[in-house]
Amino acid sequence: MSSNPNESAGPVTMMQAPLYLQYRFTAGTSSLSFLHAIKRGRLIGRRCPGCESVYIPCRGSCARCGVATCDNIELTDEGVIDKFTVVHIPIPNNPIKPPFVVAHIRLNGADNAFHHLIGEVDNDKVKLGMKVKAVWRPESEWDYGLDNIRYFKPLGGEHD
Amino acid sequence: MTDIAIVSYAQAPMVRDAGCANEVELIMPVINEALQACGLARTDIDFVCSGSADYLQGAPFAFVAGVDALGAFPPIKESHVEMDAAWALYECYLKMLAGDIDSALIYGFGKSSPGNLPEVLSLQLDPYYLQPLCPDSVSLAALQARAMLDAGRCTREQMNEVVINSRRQAQKNPRAQLRKPVSQEQLQAEVDWIAPLKKSDCCPISDGASALVICRESQAREMGLPYARVVGMDHRIESHMLGFRDLTDSPSARNAAKSAGLHNNIEAAELHAPFSHQEILLRQSLGLSENVDINPSGGALAGNVMMAAGLDRIGSMAAAILRGDYKFGLAHATSGPCLQQNLVTILEAA
Ligand SMILES: [Zn+2]
Repeated sequence: MSSNPNESAGPVTMMQAPLYLQYRFTAGTSSLSFLHAIKRGRLIGRRCPGCESVYIPCRGSCARCGVATCDNIELTDEGVIDKFTVVHIPIPNNPIKPPFVVAHIRLNGADNAFHHLIGEVDNDKVKLGMKVKAVWRPESEWDYGLDNIRYFKPLGGEHD
Repeated sequence: MTDIAIVSYAQAPMVRDAGCANEVELIMPVINEALQACGLARTDIDFVCSGSADYLQGAPFAFVAGVDALGAFPPIKESHVEMDAAWALYECYLKMLAGDIDSALIYGFGKSSPGNLPEVLSLQLDPYYLQPLCPDSVSLAALQARAMLDAGRCTREQMNEVVINSRRQAQKNPRAQLRKPVSQEQLQAEVDWIAPLKKSDCCPISDGASALVICRESQAREMGLPYARVVGMDHRIESHMLGFRDLTDSPSARNAAKSAGLHNNIEAAELHAPFSHQEILLRQSLGLSENVDINPSGGALAGNVMMAAGLDRIGSMAAAILRGDYKFGLAHATSGPCLQQNLVTILEAA
């Protein structure tokens, strides 16, 4: 036995100190108009009064101009693929089986893009600039989220 | 003495709950107000530094999202401190002294309403011995108040006087959260909350944001801007371990004030004391005379936006000097439990 009891016990490599904090999180005033709209199956963005850019979803400012966005703008559920990648790694607890396509979708009339899935097309047929349209879940499943849209599919006749 | 000029300060009304406003929506109005007030364009600002803590609102990387309020295009130089924005100002102050920059925009914001603030603040304690016990910030302040009372460093009546003064001063401040006058009798009748503290001894929980602009004196003069001159700034820190400290004294505040250029002509002091006994402790530690006007804005007891309240002390004192109320002023900011960190700024009229 070592003369130092701490030494014989070995180093402490881990201690657990769990702490639980509860928050009543709020999304923001402009996010609120987006969330209320998508619950009803509609897509609402906001316009910058300075450079006229339209953002969806919008967080309340034009990051380029540093001014508050103003009018709500209703957009259609059609747009183009801005960027995409083919995901080959399975994500734990995700029902979607790889390989699948994740894309940045820029809706027609919008100046930013958001993430979504691409469906109803072979992965190797997906192209930049491809025109796509939202495929919505049944209305009974709509909630406050972008996953009311199941995925985006190519507009008919656009893919070869 | 420096050639650093505070030319602008803007503060949002301090409220208990800012509703569903996100960080961008909180910050943007005060940034635009501060810039418009001094006439500097975004592109004229050399450096931006902010102070905030994402744990307050429970939103990871809210401090990054907040940059959306800046109009960061073309790209800007920007930094952030996970502290009160008074320390963001200190970073800018050092960069000014080093000659790296000639102007800066500083902002701080805090949205504490979504969480339980006294519990959230236990996260700032040492992770091995104290934080696992989860002591809340009010209980730790109450230990300090008990130590002050037992050591004869203050009396219950003096603590009440601090509250009375705060409410009296806050009536002049339209952005203050607590402005209702109280009397010695009312406070004596109030029940203990976390003894020996009563609710009136504690700052309210506040949502809000503030912004401040500094530049060189030469630029302020060229532009014809009124300004308050920064004589000096310094900050010092007590031991992380509360048990190692004399909780009834603040040598760190005293040393910071001395190094920042504290002198006998100070007419007013904005002291960041979130609890009434801490104002008494700071007055004693800094050796402020009876003639010094304390917290003309109402101080932290009238509204305490986490991560902005320290900057608010400096901005409020600069604004009071700009109004011509005082020639020489002191502003103090604190961070951590029981006045652990203390930053002192000495200001004077140009
Ligand atoms: Zn814009």
